[in-house]
Amino acid sequence: MKLTLKIWRQKNAQDKGGIVEYPIDGIEPDMSFLEMLDVLNEGLINKGEEPVAFDHDCREGICGMCSLFINGEAHGPDRGVTTCQLHMRMFKDGDTIFIEPFRAKAFPVIKDLVVDRSSFDRIQHAGGFISVNTSGNTIDANTIPINKDDADKSFDAAACIGCGACVATCKNSSAMLFVSAKVSQYALLPQGKVEAVDRVLNMVHQMDLEGFGNCTNTGACEIECPKGISLENIARMNREYLAASLKG
Amino acid sequence: MAQSAQLNASILKKVAMALSGIFLITFLALHVTLNFISVLSEDVFNEASHFMGYNPLIQYVMQPVLAFGVIFHFVMGFVLTAQNSAARPIAYAKYNGAANASWSSRNMIISGLVILAFLGLHFYDFWFPEVSYKYIAGTAPDATRYYGELVHKFHSPVRTGLYCVSFILLGFHLWHGFASSLQSVGMHNKYSRFLSKVGLWFAVVVPAAFVIIALFHHFNN
Repeated sequence: MKLTLKIWRQKNAQDKGGIVEYPIDGIEPDMSFLEMLDVLNEGLINKGEEPVAFDHDCREGICGMCSLFINGEAHGPDRGVTTCQLHMRMFKDGDTIFIEPFRAKAFPVIKDLVVDRSSFDRIQHAGGFISVNTSGNTIDANTIPINKDDADKSFDAAACIGCGACVATCKNSSAMLFVSAKVSQYALLPQGKVEAVDRVLNMVHQMDLEGFGNCTNTGACEIECPKGISLENIARMNREYLAASLKG
Repeated sequence: MAQSAQLNASILKKVAMALSGIFLITFLALHVTLNFISVLSEDVFNEASHFMGYNPLIQYVMQPVLAFGVIFHFVMGFVLTAQNSAARPIAYAKYNGAANASWSSRNMIISGLVILAFLGLHFYDFWFPEVSYKYIAGTAPDATRYYGELVHKFHSPVRTGLYCVSFILLGFHLWHGFASSLQSVGMHNKYSRFLSKVGLWFAVVVPAAFVIIALFHHFNN
């Protein structure tokens, strides 16, 4: 395949940055998108040019590290996949592909296509956990019976890998899907109910501090989410927040 | 250390936006029902309009509440849109919004602005003359004038066209707004799918009824 890549290049966080065009040839349809970028970078390094910086780690769709906004969509045109699971067969020979970093005020660009998603970490630190006594008398979680439906929904919410595709694709850069998944995975379990009020208030407060936008329920996040996190979680978080507002 | 709920929290703002939207949806249902009477019976329309125009509960309680609801919904819409724009200071070079969200959900501000402009025209046509009639000129009540005033406004094809275009945009606004307001207040249960369908029907039937009313009076008189 012969392609034209239009890639966002930015030297550092202070640099203004811009789109740079790269022609590339010899791309196999069965290559992953990241492997295609590896080929590009190999060529750039051989020519003595700076390779394109991009995030990646497991390359198995598990870690949520790879980002990229490809041809106007988070993780590209395929559904239910991360960028490392996107294959070049999704494109046609001769295509022009725009590759940009995830855009949000709360996801500042560090270099080229690499963005700082530590705002998600700070939201997690604000309440995305349960406090457990680990001094030797920890109670086995399995001793507490949990309704199957709740357990399944909690597990589905916990499947969120925090990749940020929801923020990147949302026209408002809202992080509601991510935060609601993290709230829901505990809100549905008895172990999580003890700190439920503090959790939702603290996490939403931190989300607002980070500068994410407001959810307008377009549903784009749910469609682009590689793990299929449901909008149902956002409704649940709204209920949790309203209830916590009355209690807190 | 727990944060206390703050009035400017993003979730509370969207809940407030949703509640004002649900209130305006209820008002629209009432408005279209009353207006549609004009297609069926001149006398009943005059009677109903006179009741609405001179009932103290409606005039001095419901009307101010409605005005507050409308202003709140628009102001909050602008505030949220400004905040959302600020959340992405650098736009994408290529953004394929249509790939994962409907036009109506992505352009609520556009349909909202058209509705705001329409309200200006609507107030100019009906509300200001009504206030002038009752409170400035102090004219004695006349229970037979409403149908004639309504029909007169739809003589102009331009005005009728503007009304129809606005109603279509209202339909787009409701297409997303109805279900979105339920989601915002936290409703997502076994009734949600049914209510979403009701919302889609509402978004078609109500604007269509308004269009029929406008066209009926334009062509019938």
